[in-house]
Amino acid sequence: MDIDARFLLCPMPVIRLSAAMAKVAIGDRLTVRCTDPGALYDIPAWCRLEGHEILETRTESSGEIVIVVRAGR
Amino acid sequence: MEERKRKAVVLLSGGLDSMLAARLMLDQGIHVEGINFFTGFCVEGHTHAVRLDRRARPVRNNALHSAEQLGIRLHIIEVIEEYKDVVLNPRHGYGAHLNPCLDCKSFMVGHARQWMEEHGFDFIVTGEVLGQRPMSQRRDTLPVVARESGALDRLLRPLCAKLLPPTLPEREGWVDRERLLGLSGRNRKPQIGMAHAYGYEYAQPAGGCCFLTDPNYTKKLRDLWGSRGERRYDFDDIMLLKIGRHLRPRPSFKLIIGREEGENRFLEGYRNRFVHLWTPEHNGPLALLQGAADDADLDLACAIAARFGQGRAAQTVRVAVGEPNGSRHDREVAPLPPHALATDWYL
Repeated sequence: MDIDARFLLCPMPVIRLSAAMAKVAIGDRLTVRCTDPGALYDIPAWCRLEGHEILETRTESSGEIVIVVRAGR
Repeated sequence: MEERKRKAVVLLSGGLDSMLAARLMLDQGIHVEGINFFTGFCVEGHTHAVRLDRRARPVRNNALHSAEQLGIRLHIIEVIEEYKDVVLNPRHGYGAHLNPCLDCKSFMVGHARQWMEEHGFDFIVTGEVLGQRPMSQRRDTLPVVARESGALDRLLRPLCAKLLPPTLPEREGWVDRERLLGLSGRNRKPQIGMAHAYGYEYAQPAGGCCFLTDPNYTKKLRDLWGSRGERRYDFDDIMLLKIGRHLRPRPSFKLIIGREEGENRFLEGYRNRFVHLWTPEHNGPLALLQGAADDADLDLACAIAARFGQGRAAQTVRVAVGEPNGSRHDREVAPLPPHALATDWYL
């Protein structure tokens, strides 16, 4: 599942991810695309608390941040 | 039969007091989860995060950071739409600016009560301290919050509980009242000492945790309402009030001008919503134009945009005017001289 959280500021990317997480099964992969650098801290922090796994974090040349998450509990 | 472990939901703002209130509950063996409401006006790392020149500060959500230190789950809930009524029609009025603190607290505790009931929790915890805030944390207003939120005696304030009548969790023995605190007033030394003892990092946002207490922000919000002739806002409005320089040179239009690269990048996201100006032949900011600008207004807007770019010393500067539909036309203008940039244009 892809989540477009570009141009949203903290904590909206986390809120979008949380809402998407409610619709997927354990083990599913979600890709969040953001522009707020706060997401680099917030999304991994939220995933640690909720038991989800960060598979990949990268910043593209455009400045967009891409975070790939595997759904845990 | 062993009594089941009691559950508390704590309103975790990201500040020190709510973190300590949660800690006191964890220390008594209570199952604690945090709840944080995003109203759109919350002061977080994001304004600093947008500005590249402020990256030295921690770029993070303070409530999440508190939850991590406590080792508890955090439920971040967006309440932007529901919160409008609190901002626009506060029953108890505003504080020094547009801060409806008492209504806000009742709103948040009320939503926490609803969440508590839906999720099978037993009581609500806040980090309120008697006498710490002039509107919402007075002896006469703390009961107002408990009553208007519907939380009644399921609302526990561990930091000042000894100064208040016992609540249900205390009377039922779910928590030991003797291990709660009796803090009052604005002196924060006890909390800071506790934070050190626990080894907690905590945020101390200058001016508080809400943009509605910020005089510069609320001036812009009042201007927005005045320009529309009515008190209403949407999410993008209140986000944009946090970003860039805001200038209203004419009643008919306003410019939002990025102050640096990070803000320009953020404003890029609004190109398809607003007329926008930039100087293609010189480095310079992106400017969004809000309102209905006629041709003369547009000339002035372009001259202002040119003033803030690297071409400000040139005789003329080409300014691109982009429309939300993607079309563009260019204007050749003389950058506005510094003395013509009236200080009362700045919001």
